Amino acid sequence: MSVTVALAGNPNCGKTTMFNDLTGNSQFVGNWPGVTVEKKEGRLRGHKDVTIMDLPGIYSLSPYSLEEVVSRNYLMNNRPDVILNLVDASNIERNLYLTTQLTEIGIPVVIALNMMDIVRKNGDVIDVKKLSHELGCQIIETSAIKNEGSMQAAEAAVKMAQSGKKTVPHHTFSECVEKALAQIKELAGNCIPQENSRWYCVKLFERDEKLCSQIKIPSDKAAQIERVITACETELDDDSESIITNERYEYIAKIVKSCVQKKRRTLSVSDKIDRIVTNRILALPIFVVVMFIVYYISITTIGDIATNFMNDTLFGGWISPAAESFFTGIGTADWLTGLIVNGIIGGVGSVLGFVPQMLILFVMLCALEDCGYMARIAFIMDRIFRRVGLSGESFIPMLIGSGCGVPGVMASRTIEQDRDRKMTIMTTTFIPCGAKMPIVALIAGAVFGGAWWVAPSAYFIGVAAIIVSGIILKKTKMFAGEPAPFVMELPAYHIPTVKNVLRGTWERGWSFIKKAGTVILLASIFVWFTSSFGFVDGTFGMVEDINTSVLAAIGSAVAVIFVPLGFGNWQSAVATVLGLVAKEEVVGTFGTLYAVAGDALGMVEEGDFGGLGNIAQHFTYLSAYSFLLFNLLCAPCFAAIGAIKREMNNAKWTWFAIGYQCVFAYAIALMVYQFGLLFSGAGFSAGTVAALLLFIVLIWLLVRKGYNENNIRLRASNVVRS
Amino acid sequence: MKTLKEIKCGETARVVKLEGTGAVKRRIMDMGITRGTDIFVRKVAPLGDPIEITVRGYELSLRKGDAESILVN
Repeated sequence: MSVTVALAGNPNCGKTTMFNDLTGNSQFVGNWPGVTVEKKEGRLRGHKDVTIMDLPGIYSLSPYSLEEVVSRNYLMNNRPDVILNLVDASNIERNLYLTTQLTEIGIPVVIALNMMDIVRKNGDVIDVKKLSHELGCQIIETSAIKNEGSMQAAEAAVKMAQSGKKTVPHHTFSECVEKALAQIKELAGNCIPQENSRWYCVKLFERDEKLCSQIKIPSDKAAQIERVITACETELDDDSESIITNERYEYIAKIVKSCVQKKRRTLSVSDKIDRIVTNRILALPIFVVVMFIVYYISITTIGDIATNFMNDTLFGGWISPAAESFFTGIGTADWLTGLIVNGIIGGVGSVLGFVPQMLILFVMLCALEDCGYMARIAFIMDRIFRRVGLSGESFIPMLIGSGCGVPGVMASRTIEQDRDRKMTIMTTTFIPCGAKMPIVALIAGAVFGGAWWVAPSAYFIGVAAIIVSGIILKKTKMFAGEPAPFVMELPAYHIPTVKNVLRGTWERGWSFIKKAGTVILLASIFVWFTSSFGFVDGTFGMVEDINTSVLAAIGSAVAVIFVPLGFGNWQSAVATVLGLVAKEEVVGTFGTLYAVAGDALGMVEEGDFGGLGNIAQHFTYLSAYSFLLFNLLCAPCFAAIGAIKREMNNAKWTWFAIGYQCVFAYAIALMVYQFGLLFSGAGFSAGTVAALLLFIVLIWLLVRKGYNENNIRLRASNVVRS
Repeated sequence: MKTLKEIKCGETARVVKLEGTGAVKRRIMDMGITRGTDIFVRKVAPLGDPIEITVRGYELSLRKGDAESILVN
């Protein structure tokens, strides 16, 4: 008989470690349908017919967070055979809160009392037998990190499922609530499933919106139920949801008191570390040092070497030339060689080129997450970032994004709140990445004569774009809603395990290759095709000169869009499009299109702007700066778009992100160019009017009252004053 | 009566009542901040917000804005 075990538990209770322990390499990682919540399942080691389903880490089964709703729906609709509830024994009170909810669902529950090694080390004693009796479920002591007991716990769960026994919750609510629950059960009658009527009654009592919309209760009965709830609320002077939560915790506190003996706590190692690390004075310097190390290793040194090796040496120096000579040697048609070497190998190379750097970064991020410092970063940075509607955790993606947007976007994975994560994904690539630097250098060196302010202004505008976007987006309907509470656990520090870090790194790297790979590959082939084919003398074929390519034709057609921005020529349009392949391509493309003698990109990198006059003469100060702005802010390269697609896990959101970036870039570049023209004395024109209108819209978007902001929350301070 | 926001670092207070409704209130309660619970205010973040508290034996961080909706004595 095949058995499905759902692994449920709080975040930071060692669930990932246990899941890896139980399933080894037989894991399948995906997403829950339609949401960005990760879904993992695997086969229990040595048991082909046992599936372990890893639910997201949750604190409760409330209807308010995405993770909780996903878990609830899975438990209610898919009905796994048994729940293996992981409980952190060193933090038992809060962990058992979820247990009291899980036991009500009507699915057998087995508890794995994890982190027993820490409990023993602290000198605490837990009367497991008594606890098991009180909760009405079997308890297995485990220490997943030391590989103790995980297998026994899973096997006990399987046995439980096969025995067909039920878990009956032993806890009861107060008399008044129990009376109400009994009345609700009677009123609801056959409208709710009988095998887990307890769960439904409690949820009806809590007025759980998500659940109420799933079941149909005749309106007269519903009204009667409402009266029952209101009567109970009046009697206990609280709202029904709070009554239930309160009583659950009261019940837990009672049994914990009788089953757990805590030794008087001295300052633990974790406490001592935390004293220093988030100390009021030292926290920021330590934070800067940690971030510097992460950046230095993953972007500046090892990461950069790895990326350059992959792109220039492995693909550029070895594979491509070797493949080219091979295909030429066996007499393959030119176009096919071109497709394979420049289109496919080039495309695959641009996907794989980022992988080593990303893996190095992920090793460090996973280590930071695993040891508990990631939560402290959010704690330290929260104040700055929430001003613009982001969370403290958005700092890391933005910092990494200044090196490369691809790992930057991928780093947003660690952000807990769905809304914050989406907003971070959308805005991270506004920060100028390493590949945009040659564009900045070209404009600064060749057009502005090496003006010092151009490069810093690029960063300044990137940051400003994030702030402005944060404020604008926060006020839109899709990002509105009740303010997400920043109530975050700060888990105890512990040494990250090599196994967890490596596995986490591999999973993220692989999902990038799989999910982002297709986008990048297809886009690269498309661009290769349009830039190397065209009409010459009326016949369609491969062209030597990019001037006659399809891309040039497309460029001339779309160039008109850029006229209001000051660079409405086809060369700029083509360079911008090719910038999507990789941003530094913009410079190389200009070199080709404006017939620069030599390698334009190499000249820019060496700071030799003498030979780039050909490019400079096509720009004025204003149009050059406008061009720079547009290319900094518009859609990032295909690799980063692929990363956005991977993290959004939703086509609509991906397109929205890309669309927003392009529109935003266009609006800013247009305003800068048109206002620049006006102030330099070019007079009033239609463009000025458009810029003025855009400016007004922008200001309106910034200062308007946000969607749903009028719902004033009752502040306790008002109550105190009155 | 005071709110949790007014409690100084190193002091302990007992929860009397929670204001607010819906998701925010539920989330705060789900994390174990319920009536009668003792809360120890451990520290304030370097930039002055949020705060770190100990509740039910573990560490939790909370924005001052949300701490304002927790009445204590």
